[in-house]
Amino acid sequence: MENKPTSVWTSNRFWRRSATWITGVAAVLLILLTFDSMGQMKMGTAEDIQNKVTKRIPSPVVINYKIDYVLDPYRGHEVPIIGGKAVDSATGKVSSKFEEKEKFFGRDDWSEEEARALIHKGKLTIQAKNCMDCHTLLGNGAYYAPDLTKAWLDPAWGSEGPLQAMTGANSKEEAMATFLQNPDKYPTHERMMPNLGITPEEAKAVVAYLKFMSAIDTNGFPRNFGKIKGAVDARK
Amino acid sequence: MQGNRLYEGQKLALKYFTVAIVLFGAQLLFGLIAAIQYLYPSFLFNTLDFSIARMVHINALVVWLLYAMIGAVYWLLPDEAGVEVVGVKLGTLAFYVLTVAVAIVVLVYIFIQVGPGNEMTLWFITEGREYIEAPRWADIGIVAVVLVFLYNVYATVLKGKHSGILVVLMADLIALAGLYLAGMFYTDNIAVDQYWWWWVVHLWVEATWEVYVAAVGGYILIKTLNANRQVVEMWLWIEVAMMFGSGILGLGHHYFWIGTPEYWWEIGALFSALEPVPLVGLFVHVLYDWGKERGKGNNIKNVPAFAWLTVETFGNFLGAGVWGFMHTLPQINLYTHGTQWPAAHGHLAFFGAYVAIMISAIYLGVQGKAGFKEMKMTKAGWWAISLITVGVLLMTVSLTLSAYVQTMVERGMHGATWEGYFIAQANQWFVQGMGWRLAAGLSVIAGYAFLVYDLLTVTKKQPAEVMEGEAAAQAA
Repeated sequence: MENKPTSVWTSNRFWRRSATWITGVAAVLLILLTFDSMGQMKMGTAEDIQNKVTKRIPSPVVINYKIDYVLDPYRGHEVPIIGGKAVDSATGKVSSKFEEKEKFFGRDDWSEEEARALIHKGKLTIQAKNCMDCHTLLGNGAYYAPDLTKAWLDPAWGSEGPLQAMTGANSKEEAMATFLQNPDKYPTHERMMPNLGITPEEAKAVVAYLKFMSAIDTNGFPRNFGKIKGAVDARK
Repeated sequence: MQGNRLYEGQKLALKYFTVAIVLFGAQLLFGLIAAIQYLYPSFLFNTLDFSIARMVHINALVVWLLYAMIGAVYWLLPDEAGVEVVGVKLGTLAFYVLTVAVAIVVLVYIFIQVGPGNEMTLWFITEGREYIEAPRWADIGIVAVVLVFLYNVYATVLKGKHSGILVVLMADLIALAGLYLAGMFYTDNIAVDQYWWWWVVHLWVEATWEVYVAAVGGYILIKTLNANRQVVEMWLWIEVAMMFGSGILGLGHHYFWIGTPEYWWEIGALFSALEPVPLVGLFVHVLYDWGKERGKGNNIKNVPAFAWLTVETFGNFLGAGVWGFMHTLPQINLYTHGTQWPAAHGHLAFFGAYVAIMISAIYLGVQGKAGFKEMKMTKAGWWAISLITVGVLLMTVSLTLSAYVQTMVERGMHGATWEGYFIAQANQWFVQGMGWRLAAGLSVIAGYAFLVYDLLTVTKKQPAEVMEGEAAAQAA
């Protein structure tokens, strides 16, 4: 049935073969890149933190440390800094010192198992309550409520922020946990968060997840976050 | 002349089309609720919150498109292969199983909504992963139903003729089904979670669905314009090459900011910039061929289907292509990611690329059921296509305005802090955009009412000459 093609460019056979080859090559490349990405995206361990090894996705024990988000002139964008910042004088490259601790619900000695259990529960809760259908996480999700990617570092929840004052709590984590359990009692905005029946344990776990997430290296997203007055490493 | 020449597979297709149109209505209804909540946040607060309205809005969209896609395949499959669909009874059973499952999932979404933070919630209430929130039991059910569908397609084609359109569809459907598996596991690592989640979301929407649409679009061109099959199939292969060539690695444009290595910037920028290229080639070539032969008795066989296919072609190029390209480069995306930009792009892209062509396929079904050789546009049909298309375009432009304000104020001025977010959301230009979006949404809903009316009555309202011609053809 097939007519004799006048040139290769109108030959179905040529295009069928091209389509197959191009698809195959693209798929193989994607698979190879995925192997490499998965290696780089593996969650770090407590041992990495002891050895001061920076991982894109750090160990959950980062909840024991102070977390910053600062401009790295070497990479040209903000990077998460865990436990204090070290600067290489030659290149200007910044790195984490993994030294400066910060209490999380009164403790800075959460073991790897405890921290893992917390973020496990936190992520399950984030999914069970459909958080991503209002909020964005890592920039994905809905846009009806603020981005949670670096929520832990947001000045609104800091010691001088309006949201911490509103809940009457003494620390960021307690303020967040109090809010999450009864969001409709604390009108942050005309657009309020509904009451999702979050228990005290779930709230604590979600806050742990937010702190852990703020330490994920997102290649500088969101941009300029660290430069804003009142935020981490602000220009004073 | 009432539908007695339909294949059993085509009768099954009509069932799928019916559910698709009902779910389309549900999508619009819940979209309306969500749009109202943007302007009046106390609307249904703590009863049916934005998260639920939005979830049902998007899930209904995805599911009705899948229904329409399966329906369109069952419609063209026996026609192209020249044999009855193998296992049509099994297919019918799968249809009822799927429909009952969808109904249960939707009722759980609306009345139970959320659960405690444990694995049971993920199994039975919601997985809470944007777009693929369906609980895991439903995921497994979907896989089972899709396997039945795949079996029917493969067994039928192997028994009948292997047209180019069918070969493309066979390859594409297996990829579509396989990719769903990438979204069916749990991990604490949200970066890895998002990485695989995009395999379902992106590789469906920007690769397998696009190829699917090209194949079905080719079939519709053959049916409505008597397009030359050689030309259609050649372009189909060109499109497969370009869509998979750009779409598979175009996945990289979702990997800029989720914790992935930085090399995805370059890969994502390059391949996603190529994605708009293949979107109009097939249609323009065929239209050109047809134009050369106009007036030689080669009428459009189904005007509504053809009109919707036209909307598809240019809507796809504008919505997926132009609006996607606007914010696909990492330098821009760093500021626009997670704002109303993706919402603006998403509305026009889904409408242009998928909704329009599925309505086109449904009109083919309506024509086939009535057994007409030709079908003209009715007044209601014109109102439907005009109100819906103009509504979606206006909605997209409104959201783009809001997006622009949000990006400048929240990201540019306030560095993506919460304070900046709320200042941007309260900006009068932002709010005005949301207001126009709601108004445009009402236009789409009015268009939907005309569409349903037209689908039910279009065959009864055909002009006399078409009816007479049909009667003569029947007699001969």
